[in-house]
Amino acid sequence: MNLSLLILLPAITAIILLLLPKPSQVRIVSLISAVLQLGLAFFLFFSFTRLRAAGDNAKMLFEQNYAWFPSWHINFHTGVDGISVAMILLTSFVVVAGMLVSWNITKMTKEFYFLLVLLSLGAYGFFISLDLFILFFFLEIAVIPKYLLIGVWGSGRKEYAANKLALMLMGGSALVLVGILGLYFATDARSFDIMELATLSITPALQKVIFPLLFIGFGVFAGLFPFHTWVPDGHASAPTAGSMFLAGISMKLGGYGCLRVATFLLPEGAREYANIIIVLSAIAVLYGAFATMMQKDLKYINAYSSVSHCGFVLLGIGMLTKTAIAGAVMQMVSHGVMTALFFAVIGMIYERTHTRQVDEMGGLLKVTPFITTVFFIVGFCSLGLPGLSGFVAEMTVFVGSWEHTDTFHRVATIAAVMSIVVTAVYILRAIGKTVLGPLKVGFSNLTDAKWNEKAAAILLVAAILAIGLAPFWLNNLVAPAAEVIMQKIAPVAAAVK
Amino acid sequence: MNEFFILMKSELLLGIIIFILLFIKIGKGLSNEKMLVLIQSLLLVNFLAGFFFNQTGHLFGGMFVSTSATILQKNILNLGVYLISMLFSDWFRKHIHMPEYFILMLSAVMGMFFLVSSGNLLLFFLAIELATIPVAAMVNFDMQKRISSEAGMKMILSSAFSSGILLFGISLIYGATGTIQFAELPLLMKASPLMIMAFIFFITAFAFKLSIVPFHLWTADVYEGGPIASTAFLSVVSKGAVAFIFISMLYKVFQPMHEVWYHTIILLSLCTIILGNIFALRQQNIKRFLAFSSIAQVGFILVGIGANSGAGSISVVYFILIYTFSNLAAFGVAAAISEQTGKENIQDYRGLYKENPFLSWIMALALFSLAGIPPTAGFFGKLFLISAGATVADYWYIVVVALNLIVSLYYYLRVVRAMFMDKNEFPIQKVQVAFPAKFALIVCGVAITVIGLLSWVWDYIQTALI
Repeated sequence: MNLSLLILLPAITAIILLLLPKPSQVRIVSLISAVLQLGLAFFLFFSFTRLRAAGDNAKMLFEQNYAWFPSWHINFHTGVDGISVAMILLTSFVVVAGMLVSWNITKMTKEFYFLLVLLSLGAYGFFISLDLFILFFFLEIAVIPKYLLIGVWGSGRKEYAANKLALMLMGGSALVLVGILGLYFATDARSFDIMELATLSITPALQKVIFPLLFIGFGVFAGLFPFHTWVPDGHASAPTAGSMFLAGISMKLGGYGCLRVATFLLPEGAREYANIIIVLSAIAVLYGAFATMMQKDLKYINAYSSVSHCGFVLLGIGMLTKTAIAGAVMQMVSHGVMTALFFAVIGMIYERTHTRQVDEMGGLLKVTPFITTVFFIVGFCSLGLPGLSGFVAEMTVFVGSWEHTDTFHRVATIAAVMSIVVTAVYILRAIGKTVLGPLKVGFSNLTDAKWNEKAAAILLVAAILAIGLAPFWLNNLVAPAAEVIMQKIAPVAAAVK
Repeated sequence: MNEFFILMKSELLLGIIIFILLFIKIGKGLSNEKMLVLIQSLLLVNFLAGFFFNQTGHLFGGMFVSTSATILQKNILNLGVYLISMLFSDWFRKHIHMPEYFILMLSAVMGMFFLVSSGNLLLFFLAIELATIPVAAMVNFDMQKRISSEAGMKMILSSAFSSGILLFGISLIYGATGTIQFAELPLLMKASPLMIMAFIFFITAFAFKLSIVPFHLWTADVYEGGPIASTAFLSVVSKGAVAFIFISMLYKVFQPMHEVWYHTIILLSLCTIILGNIFALRQQNIKRFLAFSSIAQVGFILVGIGANSGAGSISVVYFILIYTFSNLAAFGVAAAISEQTGKENIQDYRGLYKENPFLSWIMALALFSLAGIPPTAGFFGKLFLISAGATVADYWYIVVVALNLIVSLYYYLRVVRAMFMDKNEFPIQKVQVAFPAKFALIVCGVAITVIGLLSWVWDYIQTALI
């Protein structure tokens, strides 16, 4: 399959959107484009698995390599492995759902959809890049859409949140930029190419300098403690689709970058700082969980719980075992789908009740059975109920972490596991207060989900169930790619032991 | 004789245009409207002519040099002048002395052409004077405003001062080496104390013209006081020309003193980026704001200059091309609004998007490009400047430069926020943009979007420069 289609389709859509006069046309074109993207992602998935099943063991499939800036050795080099395919699938699901739930946006519809399309363009481009320059290009392309989405269509302290997000993410990219330049000048090959850099040897001393730059840089995107503070404000202030894209896709760019760029290219550096990563992400997991308990606003609840859940991603990466890394990727996919659904449901509730305060709601199950059922499912997924995606992913991370037998890793793992209890507390409390109990006054004539909301919810629930009930396909997709990354780290690990 | 006409083609063409304008002005045969159209078409022809019948060589015993690099640089300057003539149509049309303005501007441009083509210190000095003095008159062109005359005065005094310093530097260079030819200077030059002294005076004059911190103090007042067209000319065309000659002086003439100037450039670039950014944070007037932001941009240009390699000079020229489009677009929008409403403060821009989506998007694109955010061209420009600088610089330096991108993003976002997010009970009403200005804004917008993505632009500059 031609991977450039994944970039071309949103790009063409964006241009078409600019020319359309009516909001209704804008919506329909965006939705059609999103569905086509979903189709492309599925087609990519099936052709990828078919090739793998046929025994094609190349590290990257569907590679394309065009020279872009020859004098800087910048190539438009794209290709996918299992991890990228999983992330592309995730992106396409969230994009369709995001387009659907934004159906009621009336304020500057065209601009809104245009920015959403631009954001998805950045995400697809990021996940297929095998060249650090274009990876960085696509990483930064999403800054403007995020800023404007929050600042223009957001709620609450939106200007503050938008500014904070843009500046913190820019800080992250600045570090990534320096790290990428470090990699470029680290070898005499002067290469931005990820696959080429992976075969070159970078001195351990240099790796230890570059790794923190790259890991912290991408970590800011992924909500790495203590650089997570943009997450709650940004997510809570963004419009529904903005939150879905932010938490569902954008934060995953950071996790993917930490894995693909920082860890894969700088194994010695990863080894050196693994313990610090583990400590920080364990803190993020626990801190995020406890902070969530104190929240009264549904969006803040999910935003802080995102910090906690994304902590598992970095924890899995920090553990540096094949299972844990596979678990980290599965957690990215699982959390992406789950949090998108969570924000979608919160958006639906807010649109009806005009409040997001848990205390002001109650008994919604009686009037909006569909929305509340979805709310139950996503809540249970978040607290790790078996049969749903959250359980599968977090379990894999824990199993991978448990492969380490020393006390440090054990303690960190146990600490992280304990967060599940806290998660259960806040999720059950939030659900109980909002949907159960007597119906609050004034909520008696709320309407249930409309077709677009139902379609979005069903799509994402299907994804959650598909991962939760049959995790093997995701595992089969991701594990070999994690193996490749581990092969790069393992010789180093053996040497250290 | 034939060679004379072809090598000095750009300068002669400007001279012809100046004469045409002069004669028409004396004859008083044309209305301002028609005159402006005529000028714009002449400048377009002038710009297009820059691409044909080019030849490299030198005249007057190496005093005047024409290389593929100078031809490209002159084309970029011509482009800037053409865009200025289009963007500020509204203002030009109403001004009673419009032809004189262009005569002054083209004289200054001619000076800049001689500047980039200069092959010895004598022509260099003459050219830099010719490129400066008319600009002071241009700054003074809002004749009924006191602030404009004050700006003109400040400009002429500070440039006279910097010219004095430059002359002193030149005399020391001559004293140390015994020659004024650029071709011979590097052979005779060594980092003796006298030569270092001369170099310091020399670079001070450049720093004045480029408004490098700490020699930037005249910039903000002059930018604020002058008409927007002059401000745009100063901050884009004038700066571009000086940066072009600066880089070729440093890379060629002062190459034996590379050790000395490298550290100077690093220090100056840090000061310029950091202080330019800090001052820009607090500005309320859009012209002052753009003035300080352009100071910070010069700091980034210095990062690229520090590379001392082909990549350095290419990335500087590439950046200036992109900067021309971005900064002129920002000034163009500011001018369109200021011309019709008289509003020049960032606060007045609140809610601009509601009535003026086109102007808001162009402004936003320009500012994002200046901030270096993809997919705008500014991203590529900044990135290549920093990459070029990183070939020789230390990590800490690149980290500081990269972190300054955040600060600059902060203040550019202030304007974007005002336009798109802030509420305003009385937003600026629909601004009618004249056709030429609209056309130029669209050209700028398209250029900002696509120049970076088209890698042949880089390759084109590379083939011209190396």
